[in-house]
Amino acid sequence: MNTYYNPEDLKKFGNIAEFEKNLANKFFNYYGEVFKEGALTAREKSLIALAVAHAVQCPYCIDAYTVDALEKGCDEAQMMEAVHVTAAIRGGASLVHSVQMMNKAKEITM
Amino acid sequence: MGESIKSLHSRHSELANGYFQLKVLSNNSLSNHHEVNFTEKLRESKLFPLKPTQLEIFQINVGKMCNQVCKHCHVDAGPDRKEIMTKETMLLCLDAIKKSGAHTVDLTGGAPEMNPHFRWFIQEISKLSINKIIVRCNLTIILANKKYHDLPDFFKAHTIEVVSSLPYFTAGRTDAQRGDGVFEKSIKALQMLNEVGYGIKDSGLIINLVYNPSGAFLPPAQHALELDFKTKLKANYNIDFNSLFAITNLPISRFLDYLLESKNYESYMEKLSNAYNPVAAANVMCRNTISIGWDGAIYDCDFNQMLDLKVASSTNHISQFHIEELQNRNIVVNQHCFGCTAGAGSSCGGTIS
Ligand code: SF4
Ligand code: SF4
Repeated sequence: MNTYYNPEDLKKFGNIAEFEKNLANKFFNYYGEVFKEGALTAREKSLIALAVAHAVQCPYCIDAYTVDALEKGCDEAQMMEAVHVTAAIRGGASLVHSVQMMNKAKEITM
Repeated sequence: MGESIKSLHSRHSELANGYFQLKVLSNNSLSNHHEVNFTEKLRESKLFPLKPTQLEIFQINVGKMCNQVCKHCHVDAGPDRKEIMTKETMLLCLDAIKKSGAHTVDLTGGAPEMNPHFRWFIQEISKLSINKIIVRCNLTIILANKKYHDLPDFFKAHTIEVVSSLPYFTAGRTDAQRGDGVFEKSIKALQMLNEVGYGIKDSGLIINLVYNPSGAFLPPAQHALELDFKTKLKANYNIDFNSLFAITNLPISRFLDYLLESKNYESYMEKLSNAYNPVAAANVMCRNTISIGWDGAIYDCDFNQMLDLKVASSTNHISQFHIEELQNRNIVVNQHCFGCTAGAGSSCGGTIS
């Protein structure tokens, strides 16, 4: 089937080095460092990644971090709560801009 | 969620047969694009043929009978399974334990407590010079019938190390894998074990929990998950335990059935083989363990037992137990072994690297 997103392409992420090795290596090294256990646990980072994946609506990331979150010991309830955090922030970000709308409306209406 | 399931045996499934399972494992379409052979991997790691190290653990499966029918069970255990070890075979085991030099006896099943000779057997093993007796207790058996309610006291009296499965610290996950209501009963049983001292600091009574994934994915890092389990079980149920073992599901028996039914088989095998870890391979449990089946047959491990892969030795029954000959054997490996070598590795005692 011809689609823009192919699940098999997720496995080829590393191949981006084919066109530009230096930056790809730097990126993957950085990526690896970011997800290491640090001040945040690997599990916490995985949940953040899952939430961000939903914010950027990347099907590859959603696929990868659903598996990763499960493999870091999260359960479905924790994962869904993380996505609700995404939704709350996204929704909130829209709604808080309504203050601007209100300001402007008040400015030009009687 | 935990719909009731039946053993492969009672469903007359082809997968109830070890030979058929091996056929599935070796005949996978994975090999079309991704030829990975466990033997080859061992060869690359300079571990082939796989040889035993010092024998430490004498594991005995006293029968397939169980009060539960967990979805992932590699034994295909259940209430319908009648294969249990006789007292005569147990006597042969006692003799073999003495000759084996093993420091630990590990009793498993099914629910080992359902074998009518279970308590007698433990009493007899206690008389041998053994450092540790492990019983793999599924927890719910303690509440299953009045005659089992005193198991915590019995375990305590013989300083048994109890190892129990609890796939998660919430009911949803646990019941999805082990059956409706299992979580609640497991919690009650753990509280009963805590009451007699199990898991309590300085009591000398050890209860370890086993996590295994409720699905086609790998287990988390053992130490991080143990911390989560400890915090949650203490806060929510005032439960204490000693260690958490994170175990990988091997692609055999009912878990293999699940993988095939859910169409996760190929991706799971690929995941396991991609995660092959030579350090884990060097430490697989079959190297220091021997496994005895309900009928006295000798196997390299409980998994090979369920695939009917007996030890490659002229002494493959407990009645002919000969430690020197067994120590000379080559361990029988196959594609399912990728489950023991993935990531941090997996054994009956958790991760191995
Ligand atoms: S309790 Fe253990 S032996 Fe019984 S069905 Fe579940 S996994 Fe199998
Ligand atoms: S499945 Fe058994 S024989 Fe294979 S590596 Fe694991 S313990 Fe060893």
